[in-house]
Amino acid sequence: MFGFLKSRKTQPVPATEVATEEVAPVAVEVVAEAASESAATAKSSWAQRLKSGLARTRSTFTSQVAGLFGVGAKIDEALFEELETVLLSADVGVEATQHLIDKLRGRVKRERLTEASQLRDALKAELVDLLAPLEKPLDIDNSKPFVIMLAGVNGAGKTTTIGKLARRFQAQNKSVLLAAGDTFRAAAREQLAEWGRRNNVEVISSRAGDPAAVIYDAIQSARSRGIDVVLADTAGRLPTQLHLMEEIRKVKRVIQKADINAPHEVLLVLDANIGQNALMQVKAFDEALGLTGLVMTKLDGTAKGGVIAALAKRQPVPVRFIGVGEGLEDLQPFRVAEFVDALFA
Amino acid sequence: MFDNLTQRLSHVVKNLRGQGRLTEANVQDALREVRVALLEADVALPVVRDFIARVKEKALGAEVLKSLTPGQMLIGVVHKELTHLMGEQAAPLSFATQPPAVFLMAGLQGAGKTTSSGKLVRVIREQGRKKVLLVSCDVYRPAAIEQLKLVSAQAEADFFPSVPEQKPIDIARAALDHAKKHFYDVLIVDTAGRLHVDAAMMDEIKALHAFLKPVETLFVVDAMQGQDAVNTAKAFNDTLPLTGVILTKLDGDARGGAALSVRHITGKPIKLVGVGEKLSGIEVFHPERMASRVLGMGDVLSLIEEAHKAVDHAEAMKTVQKLKSGKGFDLEDFKAQMQQMKKLGGLSSLMDKLPGAGQIGAGDLAQGEKQMVRIEGIINSMTPAERRNPALLKASRKRRIAAGSGVQVQDVNRLLTQFEQAQKMMKSMGKGGLSKMMRGMKGMMPGMR
Repeated sequence: MFGFLKSRKTQPVPATEVATEEVAPVAVEVVAEAASESAATAKSSWAQRLKSGLARTRSTFTSQVAGLFGVGAKIDEALFEELETVLLSADVGVEATQHLIDKLRGRVKRERLTEASQLRDALKAELVDLLAPLEKPLDIDNSKPFVIMLAGVNGAGKTTTIGKLARRFQAQNKSVLLAAGDTFRAAAREQLAEWGRRNNVEVISSRAGDPAAVIYDAIQSARSRGIDVVLADTAGRLPTQLHLMEEIRKVKRVIQKADINAPHEVLLVLDANIGQNALMQVKAFDEALGLTGLVMTKLDGTAKGGVIAALAKRQPVPVRFIGVGEGLEDLQPFRVAEFVDALFA
Repeated sequence: MFDNLTQRLSHVVKNLRGQGRLTEANVQDALREVRVALLEADVALPVVRDFIARVKEKALGAEVLKSLTPGQMLIGVVHKELTHLMGEQAAPLSFATQPPAVFLMAGLQGAGKTTSSGKLVRVIREQGRKKVLLVSCDVYRPAAIEQLKLVSAQAEADFFPSVPEQKPIDIARAALDHAKKHFYDVLIVDTAGRLHVDAAMMDEIKALHAFLKPVETLFVVDAMQGQDAVNTAKAFNDTLPLTGVILTKLDGDARGGAALSVRHITGKPIKLVGVGEKLSGIEVFHPERMASRVLGMGDVLSLIEEAHKAVDHAEAMKTVQKLKSGKGFDLEDFKAQMQQMKKLGGLSSLMDKLPGAGQIGAGDLAQGEKQMVRIEGIINSMTPAERRNPALLKASRKRRIAAGSGVQVQDVNRLLTQFEQAQKMMKSMGKGGLSKMMRGMKGMMPGMR
């Protein structure tokens, strides 16, 4: 989130490298904090990953916000306007930005805040409030197999996400089967097969073109072999391609034929680089499939998917995972407090 | 979901009626709405600011045309500026070098580089260069090379094989050597998606560029990209001397504000746009259309143009008047109208842009579009005389037409009812304006609530 937050006067040049170093000590601090929260050893490494993945966000955001919330500065109209700029530039969108600013104004009045620095915590609190409903980690129940279907627009990172999810579930001692439901794009099958090889997971695919049939077969095969989790890939599609949206509806129907309770999870994969169109995507895929969660990918760039805030306001669907890097372990559960903390650290 | 800019403006400028000039005071609120519209279209904030300042400068003091409200006038100025910013006219691909002309593709992950590489083949062939070689330097993403290989086969172009164990620069060297020896006209070099903040990867593509000396270095951008487009575009433009931009996934419903951001930041022309996954889905970029799309206002513009014409040639008014009276409007015109609609990008994009059309579902539109094809078929099965005078159509003729176009007689009847409604609509357009016309249109299109 809050990828690139430049001041009104500067040219749009993100001086990322320099800024990253500036905030490095603060980052370490938060890592320690996050680690102490949980006894799990994996946690600190995840926090570290999140930290480094979001470093660029934080650096640009921090340098930006630090300027705004400088010591001794008073809260005035110009400050609110700057804040609006910061939020808009992070893809938070007009509506959610307005919402946050209004809330902030209310808080300033209620709590008689005068110092600009106090506004920082207030904004943080408001963001946490807004995003809190989205924090619902994915719970894999005892369904065997637990079927997870992934959907999304072209290039969102569905196949890569499946690779990372497979690794994640394996680490939790779950057996995983991949279903190569993207029968359309050139070499999508091979791409998934490669992920399967790397994770040592079997991939069910078929040369013939029906995605629903491939996934159906995968579920049948998973059941007979007692596999825990089936990850079903689908071809990328834009919500405007109505025949393809129809096709993915069918895929879901056929999955239900294989298992009446499946798919247990329908994930929409969103690219953090996407702007306000993410709202449309969530709406359209939700109408077609009934989404149970989101995965936000590519958060390691300077774009930080502030559109999550816009979604929280307009189309709240739980964010299950965020992708903060290219490594297999870089897909992590979405935790609001840490996320917002990371941004403000 | 998003309010149409025109709709927003109509609120703001309601109290401006009757003012003959755009002044500082009366454009202030309106410009705020323009700003919001641009932000919702994902135009980056710094770009929006520059742009608003320019529009303000241009708009102040402009005289409001007789037939326009100040709001419409302002949209006119905004649109003109937007078109100007987008680059006025289409920029062609360059081949001005000793063959092979190298095309280097660059962009973020998932932007659509590989698909665009395949699509480029077609564009290049259309311009008379026959021998095209494709090579992938993406040694990172699983099966990326395989993907380009398949895409090349689909595009019926030659593919230079590479393996993930090779270094990108070595692949490039071998491919260029091969292209030279075998007299290829064009070599398209696909690269891995990379983050602009990944220094090592940016150095890699820089080295590739330095070695290949491409005649076209094309930056591939997702039309759905948000505010961060300014950062990525800036970083890529700083690293590589880009020569142009390919805007992909334009068939989505994103307004494509990224196009404006990228253009503004890099100053490089947007040369091509990608629509759909088929290899034929690539088009020349039209700045004017993009401007309308970003503003979300295709139709209003043509109305403005109409108004301009009306001011210039009173003669043209007569023809319009005749149409509006409903007299000269026959089935031939009805068909032409539908074809025009198709040219504008089909019902869905058209309805999208009409104020108040937001509540019509996409599924209904698809049905409507199918219906339009059928209607055309029915009209094509009529004789010219019947088209001019639908009153001729009695039971026996209707049966013939139904058989000829493969539909039921009921469908022919339905068309005739719709046609009558359209006739009425043309009349009401003269009197009631757009909102009334919209009501008429909803009635006309089957399957719409």
